[in-house]
Amino acid sequence: METKYINISGLEQWFDAISASGKRIYAPVSARGQVDFMPVKHLNEVAKEYIQTTQSVKASVYPKAEVLFSYEKVHGKVNLTDFDPESVSETVLWKVHPCDAAGFKPLSAIFNWDTTDKLINAHLLKTTVVSYSCATADESCFCTSVNGSPGNVSGSDIQLTILSDGGAIAEILTAKGEALVALLPGVFEADRGDKKEKYLVDLPAKFSLEEVNAKLNKAFNSTVWKEQSERCIGCGACAFVCPTCACFDIQEDTHGSKGRRIRCWDACGFALFTMHTSGHNPREHQSQRWRQRILHKFSYMPERLSVVGCTGCGRCSRACPVDMNILEHITSIAEQ
Amino acid sequence: MEKLRGRAAALLADGSVALIIGYEEGTKRPRPLFCRNSESTKKLIFDSRCINNLAVYITKKELVGKDRIAVTASISTLRSILQLYVENQLSEEKLLVLTVDLNGELREFVTFDEISAYVAQFELKRGEREQEILSKIEGMNREERWKFWLGEMSHCFKCYACRSACPLCYCSKCVVEVNRPQWINPWPAPLANMEWHINRAMHMVGRCTACGACGDACPVGIPIDLITRKMMKDMAPEFGYIPGQPAKQGNALSSWKLDDREQFIR
Amino acid sequence: MSEKNIYLPYLMTIDKVTKEAPGVKTYRLKFQDEAEAAAFDFKAGQFGEYSAFGEGESTFCIASSPTRKGYIECTFRDTGRVTSGLASLEEGSTMGFRGPYGNVFPMDEWKGKSLVFIAGGIALPPMRCVIWNALDLRENFKDITIVYGAKSVNDLVYKSELKEWTDRPDVKMVTTVDPGGETADWKGEIGFVPAIVEKVAPSSENTIAIVCGPPIMIKYTFPVLEKLGFKDDQIYTTLENRMKCGVGKCGRCNVGKLYICKDGPVFSREELNLIPAEEY
Repeated sequence: METKYINISGLEQWFDAISASGKRIYAPVSARGQVDFMPVKHLNEVAKEYIQTTQSVKASVYPKAEVLFSYEKVHGKVNLTDFDPESVSETVLWKVHPCDAAGFKPLSAIFNWDTTDKLINAHLLKTTVVSYSCATADESCFCTSVNGSPGNVSGSDIQLTILSDGGAIAEILTAKGEALVALLPGVFEADRGDKKEKYLVDLPAKFSLEEVNAKLNKAFNSTVWKEQSERCIGCGACAFVCPTCACFDIQEDTHGSKGRRIRCWDACGFALFTMHTSGHNPREHQSQRWRQRILHKFSYMPERLSVVGCTGCGRCSRACPVDMNILEHITSIAEQ
Repeated sequence: MEKLRGRAAALLADGSVALIIGYEEGTKRPRPLFCRNSESTKKLIFDSRCINNLAVYITKKELVGKDRIAVTASISTLRSILQLYVENQLSEEKLLVLTVDLNGELREFVTFDEISAYVAQFELKRGEREQEILSKIEGMNREERWKFWLGEMSHCFKCYACRSACPLCYCSKCVVEVNRPQWINPWPAPLANMEWHINRAMHMVGRCTACGACGDACPVGIPIDLITRKMMKDMAPEFGYIPGQPAKQGNALSSWKLDDREQFIR
Repeated sequence: MSEKNIYLPYLMTIDKVTKEAPGVKTYRLKFQDEAEAAAFDFKAGQFGEYSAFGEGESTFCIASSPTRKGYIECTFRDTGRVTSGLASLEEGSTMGFRGPYGNVFPMDEWKGKSLVFIAGGIALPPMRCVIWNALDLRENFKDITIVYGAKSVNDLVYKSELKEWTDRPDVKMVTTVDPGGETADWKGEIGFVPAIVEKVAPSSENTIAIVCGPPIMIKYTFPVLEKLGFKDDQIYTTLENRMKCGVGKCGRCNVGKLYICKDGPVFSREELNLIPAEEY
């Protein structure tokens, strides 16, 4: 790991060099009243004044719908065409917040904890993450309560901390990060000794993860689930904007003798998610589904996968149509 | 506000209702509140910031059970309640409706006729934002409209917040979940999303009460409410609907008569 | 070598179709690729994802015994888009298979013990795999008792095998149908499975009970076994939570800290006590 300084025009030149290298660049763009990750070519297209993108960056490595393989039926036989990792483009994710970058670890843990997932690994392999540390936060942010921080580098290949002169501290963290720097090494200057901490938002922790975990271990039959979930309308907004939610469905796209098997996002909050063919539904009520969401993230994942399923990005709270505020709910569980 | 809280507490205390669905202050804006005891009614609020359509909860059996309940209703919620009643989803015996009128007076409705008479005083108004987008869309030609909506649909990830927030989407199994046959491709992709939203609009037309809950709920900012709004506007003169009033004559796209002037329907 | 795509199915040829009951069929499947066939192995209790190309995938157990080499069998009821797509296939057609997935019945540990199989309705297939496995290694076990019930005579699956088991002197076979489901010439028991188990009253001494059936049957059979003296570590079942991926990723079958597809589907009652009963 190496720390450098890059000035404001150097940043623009470096960005242009990445763009010219043929890599796709996804960055937050402000459009339609929202800020979300979109393909960009120039640094000036990247959104400036915002706290958080509506959606997490996970779709770049785990698309909302992706073809697992395709097939063709010919005279009673079936020919399979496997997913081709070569079809995945080299991608740079630009201006990812630390809470979003931290999502890659749990995401990868879900997909690779036992057998490995060829698709997400193909994407991860070709993805370079340039994160920006956070100088601002809002009342939905709580990364510091879930092992994160505004300057957390987990999941990042390079982290930039923007300084008052518009330049940045560049922490080059991985070989992929070095390769990205190598596209225009001349714009990187020696570290000036700027103190990163000075540029980070102060975000005191709101709860203790250990305490929450201990409470949750005994909370399965608590009335808290019903109380908290009464207003939940059972949509999948929270799951789909979440950087670590990974539940999926497998569906068939058929066109005559040809077809594709598709993996698409699904959510444990949906009423039919666990419904058996017989009609029996083990998680029949919304309160059970809400409990599953919280326990999976804060209890089951830590135990099974050694990762927390929440990075404190607050997107679910911001996206919820009925103000199911995860920070408020978790804090109240911690305080019980 | 104090009158509402007092009345709500009294209703729960004397057992008139088992549950009052209202609003409380939330973390960003007011949010739904479920009062099952007098104590919790202290949190009740009711003002113009309360935009969730609470009618969405009153058909959920796991929430309301078999008891009589009360709901605090905005004009939008009242309109949805009337439509739900027309569709035989509610009964007067099980529902008490509270609202605060323009003079700040607490009003109670025991019958749907009373709600109907009250709602008739209010014209269905269009917000500035929707008027603006609607005029923009109406100024487009067919190709431009298709492009606009396909662009919007490309943002949809099928979280179904629109459906979940809609009081009239009360089906226990939605058409998008039916797979024999698979009418709609269930994964999120621009055209598959368009299939879903057009299908939903077809199921809504003539029933939609233009509360805007679907558009408000959309986490990715698709003005999805405008589709049914526009259809409502176009259908009203053809089918004799009055926008904002329940479709007593049946739903435009799911009712038919043998003497229809069109041949294909027979 | 490139990473294996775990979602890519094996191509299988339907070698034999057996009609079991109304809407219920058994397919015998053979690998189209010889190398895949040679490398394939499984154990009793495991399941797979079966593809009807054009319709999708559905989860069922492997219903044949691992002692019978060269093929696998599955038994399914035509209830949804995928199963009806599968049901419309004929002998010689191609379908897909992913597996084997999940854990296994610890048959090696059961050596020298008596076995009581208790199954209801369409849940006989997972049991059939273990039953044949045990019968093919008959000398490894003491008494073998099978209690199988269905809604009606018509709904009993594996009818020829039921007869074969009934005729065997080394198996105690009890067949039952729900009250009202009997025919005029029905010679078996009439009554729900838990009641019949109580009536048959197998000894719990040095015995393992394997219970497969709808959740409601399992719920009422456990207390009966308890009354007969079966301890929690003497009772096994296999769960059938909804699954999509079969490999612990899609999230559907996560119950408590377990993934039914990875940690199960086979559980002793002792293990079941560790996860919330309402969620399976």
